[in-house]
Amino acid sequence: MSDHEYTPSSKFGKWFNDRLPLLTLANHLTDYPTPKNLNYWWTFGGILTFCLITQIVTGLVLAMHYIAHADMAFSSVEHIMRDVNYGWLLRYVHANGASMFFLAVYIHIFRSLFYGSYKSPREIIWILGIIIYLLMMAAAFMGYVLPWGQMSFWGATVITNLFSAIPLVGESITTWLWGGYSVDNPTLTRFFTLHYLIPFLILGLVVLHIWALHVPGNNNPVGIDIKKPSKDTVPFHPYIVIKDAFALLMFCIVFAMFVFYQPNILGHADNYIEADPLVTPAHIVPEWYLLPFYAILRSVPDKLMGVVAMLSAILILAALPWLDTSKVRSAVFRPLFRQFYWILVADVLILGYVGAMPAEGLYLLIARVATAYYFAHFLIILPILGWKEKTTPLPLSITEPILGGSPNLAAARSDEKIEKTIK
Amino acid sequence: MSKLKNILIVLIFSIIVLNSSNSAEKSPPFLETKWTFKGLFGKFDRASLQRGYQVYTEVCASCHSMKYLTYRNLAEKGGPEFSEAEAKAIAASFEVTDGPDSTGEMFVRPAKLSDKFVMPYANEQEAKAANGGAYPPDMSVLVKARKGGADYIYSLLLGYSEPPEGVELDDGVYYNKYMYGNKIKMPAPLSDDLIEYTDGTKATAEQMSKDVTNFLMWSAEPHLEQRHKTGFRVIAYLIILTVLVYFTMKKIWSRVEPKV
Repeated sequence: MSDHEYTPSSKFGKWFNDRLPLLTLANHLTDYPTPKNLNYWWTFGGILTFCLITQIVTGLVLAMHYIAHADMAFSSVEHIMRDVNYGWLLRYVHANGASMFFLAVYIHIFRSLFYGSYKSPREIIWILGIIIYLLMMAAAFMGYVLPWGQMSFWGATVITNLFSAIPLVGESITTWLWGGYSVDNPTLTRFFTLHYLIPFLILGLVVLHIWALHVPGNNNPVGIDIKKPSKDTVPFHPYIVIKDAFALLMFCIVFAMFVFYQPNILGHADNYIEADPLVTPAHIVPEWYLLPFYAILRSVPDKLMGVVAMLSAILILAALPWLDTSKVRSAVFRPLFRQFYWILVADVLILGYVGAMPAEGLYLLIARVATAYYFAHFLIILPILGWKEKTTPLPLSITEPILGGSPNLAAARSDEKIEKTIK
Repeated sequence: MSKLKNILIVLIFSIIVLNSSNSAEKSPPFLETKWTFKGLFGKFDRASLQRGYQVYTEVCASCHSMKYLTYRNLAEKGGPEFSEAEAKAIAASFEVTDGPDSTGEMFVRPAKLSDKFVMPYANEQEAKAANGGAYPPDMSVLVKARKGGADYIYSLLLGYSEPPEGVELDDGVYYNKYMYGNKIKMPAPLSDDLIEYTDGTKATAEQMSKDVTNFLMWSAEPHLEQRHKTGFRVIAYLIILTVLVYFTMKKIWSRVEPKV
């Protein structure tokens, strides 16, 4: 990983490091050359690590007090809220932490989409990220089931029922998932077990994600390959550490506002009603972060095809490095792509909006158009753009065009844009 | 980058709006009243909580349980803050079945601080049978279980009226303009001077509705005051730390030339 050999100064350090090169690793992490023009959109990787750790730590303590049983889950959550010391804080941090986690991951993903971070040589980082995102959704969904409120129960019923759309084996798979013939106690206990397991899988994948990142190094807003280390880079510590810390603190302020002043605004009131298999809520709605996919699911009239569309919407991202045929990474130098990028952002927001609305009339029509556009963006627009688009000239390095100006007049003109971007 | 920022802002707000408007039922705007528990330093009105308990126990408790509350909660900080002696006396006015004793018999004794609120019915079936098939929901977390929260509960309590023309009501069904579908099986529970407040406050329907809603808000969020207090400190701390880290960052990055 690191280009240069590292020798600890102390004798013991050297002895230890020869046997387990932890000090070499630590040295690599502090020296890791990072592009110095990274903007604040790049701080969300660190923020996401923080989110994961927060969820694991609060989750561990909550699990000590929670009872995974259909008759006791709801009241054990109330016990946590009322009688456990700072139980209310732990639970609100954990519940809102899930939302903050997704907020951060969506920014992280859309940053990658804007600056082309998924392109060669970073495909593996990207695909690992997609897997992490899928696991996050699974963990979040199962976590939402645990309080055993009305939305927990009926959300679980709707989602697990999706598997019954699979031809031939669908019904058996659903029964197997439920551990019975409907969502009940066995479903709850297995969801609890899996909800406890998945974060650690995510943690492992995050290590791989970062490892894979440290091979080619960070992409940057300009999107060009840079020499490392060079005057285009700064060592990770202290430059990036302090910047990440600053961004993380800002993030924590928003986080704390939710936790302390609007802890239930992102949740659904129905989930404070204990699960009742005999009473169906008026609208079954997933958590906000799953709404775009819920809209895609419901926009297809056929159940099986709906499930296929929903899954494809996520899996298509894994093929993105090959669907985007442009050699230029950053949208800063891709005027057409930039516009389509913002349309995609709007499209996903619209999908999220209609996902929260009843699937009928105008909402359904909008959902269908938006779903079609979502796929068209990846399958038609991106491949064609790569061939057709005239990109603006790239600078030679991060510092050069800004320092001395470029001999290329057009490149010089794009400097303003770069500067704007980096700021 | 301002475009990116705008989008982010839109994203956050759309999430918030989405969640507060995701079921598109058309109910009139809620009745307005001032809640002391809202805002950065929001606290409960202690006297109102005590009166609210009186309304609950004299009116609501004949049908609605509050199974997550314990009599000791009544004396805890951040709640109605009855004195311990008062809470003990309140508890002792209820009877609970305990046991078995050393001879294997169940016995009835006065409730203690450690007992849960005594429920009006032995089970859901009995509750339904006594209320024309409708189950009076447990009120421990009711405020959080209804969209609109305290405003909704307050409005509902005062939202009874004669049905508009053309609306047919079955026996035992009442018209309430804030209820989902406008039909409710609970008759209007509060009317002026229904009870006599021990502190001499005039018991108008509005006053009782407000007091009992306050009480229900507390029962749903018993640690609300501590949450607000801690929250303010946490956020103040974070802001100060953020400012310090910001200047540290500027200082450290000033070594990097040229400025990017």
